[in-house]
Amino acid sequence: MALQILRRLTTTLPVATITASARAVTCRQQQLLHTTPACCEIRKLARLRVVDNSDLGKRAMAEGRPPRCIHVYNKRGVGYIGDKVLVAIKGQMKKGILVGLKQNQKPKQPKFDSNNLVLIDDNGSPLGTRIHVPIPTVLRTILKEKTLAKGADYTKVLAIASRYV
Amino acid sequence: MNSARAMSKVWAQQSAFNRIVTFSTKATQHAAAAVSSAGAEPPGEEKTSATAPAAAQPPTPTPTPVRKPIVPSNYRFIYPEFLPDPKVEWRNPIREKLERLDMLDRRRQIDLPEFYVGSIMAVTSSDPHAAGKTSRFVGICINRDRCGLRARFVLRNVIDHQGMEVVYELYDPTIQKVEVLRLEKRLDDNLFYLRDALPEFSTFDENMEAEHLEEGAPVPVNDIKVILRPRPWLERWERQNLRGVANIDQYIKDKHRKSAEKVQKPWEKYDLMKQYRSTIPEEEQKEVFAEVHTELHSLELQRKRNKRKRTFVKPKQLA
Repeated sequence: MALQILRRLTTTLPVATITASARAVTCRQQQLLHTTPACCEIRKLARLRVVDNSDLGKRAMAEGRPPRCIHVYNKRGVGYIGDKVLVAIKGQMKKGILVGLKQNQKPKQPKFDSNNLVLIDDNGSPLGTRIHVPIPTVLRTILKEKTLAKGADYTKVLAIASRYV
Repeated sequence: MNSARAMSKVWAQQSAFNRIVTFSTKATQHAAAAVSSAGAEPPGEEKTSATAPAAAQPPTPTPTPVRKPIVPSNYRFIYPEFLPDPKVEWRNPIREKLERLDMLDRRRQIDLPEFYVGSIMAVTSSDPHAAGKTSRFVGICINRDRCGLRARFVLRNVIDHQGMEVVYELYDPTIQKVEVLRLEKRLDDNLFYLRDALPEFSTFDENMEAEHLEEGAPVPVNDIKVILRPRPWLERWERQNLRGVANIDQYIKDKHRKSAEKVQKPWEKYDLMKQYRSTIPEEEQKEVFAEVHTELHSLELQRKRNKRKRTFVKPKQLA
């Protein structure tokens, strides 16, 4: 009997310590991990994924702190494909263009598994030099329409795309 | 002059009648007889009109394929979009018939092959935004839904480590070509769980060659079991009784199991009324396919002929 108790003690003790440490680890992870699913609509505070090779974007994604949309530059408040958004990324405010959405799309337009973003500066030229995922072809038309003679030139984003779908 | 106009009006009415009511064998006979008596003779109906006086004896050899088309029983799987939506509020027999005619018209223009959920397909569509004005997307068909001209399917693929899906409407006039690269089925009715599976299960080569399946062979069922990523998932897969998922037990806890049990409806398979409401009865299916069978069959034959033509490759002249 005593032996059994002893054995039980020896078996339970390390397990208890392991679970305690695991709980501590999960607590620490929970501060980093997002437990809610990604928002399917691009609204304020929606998390996005930077898909260009800009230094800032790469570092933010590697750290696991993806940029958050803090403003959508249209009148609906919901960002659709080709819309310009303001994002908070690593403590800075940057502008970006949505180049792929998780939302359901019209027939023949691709729907992506993540909400993709390309960072741009105020003139519309991208911060990176390459987009490493495919972007929808409809973006060519949308961005050309959005580029006005005197305003920002968004078509530079199209030039750094590696592939269209 | 006046009588001629009246006659033409009658013809138009009769031909319209003939065009719409083609599923019932009786109606076609009536229409054919009426047309023959009126004197209009389109080339296809001449035969029937010629044999119409002899219709007293039932077994006449020539009109039998027209009157009693033997519809293959697998048509409801090959052409599910020809069956109307079983929802009662949406039924409209005339609209359904007109849609079927339009679908046949489209099928005369473009080859829409047999495919199933789980088949790997390539769709070439004209795209005003693309550089070459066309775009081609290869992927696995993960869902097939809607009826009639609205029939559509979803293709999924992972390109450059980015998963993406495209919805195509089957009867979209901008679609130029639909190829089935690998004809096969999967264990489930839809494969939305590929969104939560590891990316290699939905990665398909874009330059894949079409795989040849022997004629008359049954469509193979691919019983591959996909491996899911850990939670969070897009849907509660543990509640859907999926057969094509390998490791779902690994991620569900007791609370998930219990809640999944709670929402199960094991009595539904005995609910005959529910089944009746959610399906098209067999008699109605027969009517629908009797209407379109001859046309579809001739299109199939034509496709086979074209295939044979295409497989012959002229030897190239060297030097």
